[in-house]
Amino acid sequence: MSDTIQSGPVLAADGTPLKRSLQRALRRQKMRALLLIAPLLAFILITFILPIGDMLFRSVENEIVSETIPETVDRLADWNPDVSALPDENVFNAFYVDMFLAQEKKEHTRLGTRLNYELTGVSSLFRKTGRRVTRFDTDIYAKQFIALDPAWKDPQTWSALFDVSSNRRALPFTTRSWDRWGNYLRGEGKNPGEEDIEDFLFSALHEDLTRLESTDGVDPLIAAATQAVGGFETVSVRDQFLDIDKDWGRQDVWRIIQVYSPPFTTGYFLNSVDLQLGVDGIKTRSEDQRIYIVLFGRTMFMSLMITFSCLLLGYPVAFLLSNLPLRTSNMLMILVLLPFWTSLLVRTSAWKVLLQQQGVINDVLVWLRIVDDANRLILINNQTGTIIAMTHILLPFMILPLYSVMKTIPPSYVRAAKSLGATDWTAFWRVYFPQSVPGIGAGAILVFILSIGYYITPELVGGTTGVFISNRIAYHISSSLNWGLAAALGSILLILVLALYWVYDKIVGIDNVKLG
Amino acid sequence: MSTLPPYLTTGQIAWHYGFRVICALIFFFLIAPIIVIIPLSFNAENFFTFTPKMLALDPAGYSLKHYEDFFTNTNWQAALYNSVRIAPVATILSVSFGTLAAIGLSQSHVPFRSTIMAILISPMIVPLIISAAGMYFFYSRIGLQGSYWGVVLAHAALGIPFVIITVTATLVGFDRSLVRAAANLGANPVTTFFKVQLPLIIPGVVSGALFAFITSFDEVVVVLFVGSAGQKTLPWQMFIGLREQISPTILAVATILIGISIVLLTTLELMRRRSERLRGMTPG
Repeated sequence: MSDTIQSGPVLAADGTPLKRSLQRALRRQKMRALLLIAPLLAFILITFILPIGDMLFRSVENEIVSETIPETVDRLADWNPDVSALPDENVFNAFYVDMFLAQEKKEHTRLGTRLNYELTGVSSLFRKTGRRVTRFDTDIYAKQFIALDPAWKDPQTWSALFDVSSNRRALPFTTRSWDRWGNYLRGEGKNPGEEDIEDFLFSALHEDLTRLESTDGVDPLIAAATQAVGGFETVSVRDQFLDIDKDWGRQDVWRIIQVYSPPFTTGYFLNSVDLQLGVDGIKTRSEDQRIYIVLFGRTMFMSLMITFSCLLLGYPVAFLLSNLPLRTSNMLMILVLLPFWTSLLVRTSAWKVLLQQQGVINDVLVWLRIVDDANRLILINNQTGTIIAMTHILLPFMILPLYSVMKTIPPSYVRAAKSLGATDWTAFWRVYFPQSVPGIGAGAILVFILSIGYYITPELVGGTTGVFISNRIAYHISSSLNWGLAAALGSILLILVLALYWVYDKIVGIDNVKLG
Repeated sequence: MSTLPPYLTTGQIAWHYGFRVICALIFFFLIAPIIVIIPLSFNAENFFTFTPKMLALDPAGYSLKHYEDFFTNTNWQAALYNSVRIAPVATILSVSFGTLAAIGLSQSHVPFRSTIMAILISPMIVPLIISAAGMYFFYSRIGLQGSYWGVVLAHAALGIPFVIITVTATLVGFDRSLVRAAANLGANPVTTFFKVQLPLIIPGVVSGALFAFITSFDEVVVVLFVGSAGQKTLPWQMFIGLREQISPTILAVATILIGISIVLLTTLELMRRRSERLRGMTPG
């Protein structure tokens, strides 16, 4: 019964409207929650999400071509192979500069290896060219320029010339080449003003000068050279390359460089599904190179086999565990949890030891006279080995979700079915089994997701026929060093797993993941 | 289990026992490979099967020489040292970041909760080989590849989902009015956390820590790529041993690791019981 009747909004103790005060409190609460999460989120982003992003990026990234031979890439864009069989002299001039710099930086072999994935033989072509590109007959340009004016021999002259913007504008190609050369030298701790001027710079200069239309505002040295360059003796860079190897006259070599010029490529992904982006567009790879579709298929098939065996073995055990008194089932649960907690390597070692031809299993079978001593079973280094070992390793992942679902099925349903006249089988199949299906779904997807990306066990017991796509990914990372292909295979696998995981989330929910 | 109803038919009784035999066989399949390793590790010969002497229980058939090899061989000792150096640090990182975040996630109004959760859980979902590949590529860019901290950070990232899941699960049963009561009695948030909240959620934190520890201690794929020879851990050494020259010392190591898993499993079970007891006392 207050005397004053409040009008307007309800106020909080400090006089602000209650609504706003509540909003502020809520906002502060949200901020506090986010602040608690922020460190971990940042941590996961840096240590995990960025690496995954990097892998996805590498699966399409192809900057190596345009970074190693930028001039060539630039000029090759205008080449139409339908009009002229080979790129013209311009492209070869650019390629000469690019190759010279690449071999100085020791980058040409990497590029060769990259292009070799797409066209066999390019790798050795690049290596061979790298060895010989410094000994081209282009030294005649150097000689002629120096004969014209000895100042051209002095690196200081070059340094001074390319500091002036009008000179740089007049000689664009030489400027770019000089800058790249200078950057490389500075990276090596050398001074471009003190190192000898290499032949490729004179070759570039020659090309620029023959094209130069007006000498207004350029250095007199350049103007004088422009006058004289018309009478210079020339050398065909293209012939020089053809001298090294006649493969430089092959159209497909140049076409492959052109096709793989852009900074991004679908080449790795196409390779992952046994296609090839070649000179004539996308086509299937030759019979002997088609391995990935088969490998993906085998990974799928074996994962399904493993999931199925896990279900076959896990269902009865989960059923038994959920119908026994708690005390007994807790005891038996230890038999499930101990393998779950035992090191993966320990379990794999166990199978490696047991499955050998001279191992315990074969010994027992021979002793029981089931198998003849001369025909011991080959259980390891094939698909059988992988399936047996991985079923054992993943079985707990099937039993645990099944058990937690079966635990919630009231036993009275089955009793009711039986009292209504159902046989044991009908009661199980029509009443109990449908209720356990969510557990089957959860367990099966979990086991399938886990097995599809397995690496260690197939590597150790799978031999050559029992390996998965992950083993191929590992091979490309550490042995063949084709990181782009490894990244593309990994990305496909990742997408597959995420899709399955999405299904799992729909069925079970992330929050319902339980451990132990 | 003990007494069967008297009205069962012969077929039903046969099925009752038959089913138990099938289950016993499956349990045997689960546990036998692990148990068989233990006696084999005491083999006096360099064989991977039971020698006639062992089967005759002749003491001469058994020896500790593989254990001796493990404790004297420098490769194995270096691997053990590396494992012991990496796993605890990774665990501490996962647990401290993870517990904080789990508490944040359990608040009532968290924007983008499901997205954040999905990101934090992702290291557990993504196949190890893909994590390893990504980390190898990215860590070599930033110079962490082949370094101790690279492996520690990678292992911490892999352990975090387990901490998040276990701690969030414990927080579900946490009575929030206790925090308000503590604040009401004048405790600041830090004191409240250490004196009230942490003791109650400690079972979740410890089991999360155990999961994180075992994840790192047992992990081989990521360390194989992110690490270099200087970070060769016990599982890595076992992997090499299994792939190249398979020596019975591996069985001795395996037996020791089985002992460790039994200890961990027991601890976890005790934690679970304590947590259930505590939860029984506090409503909701």
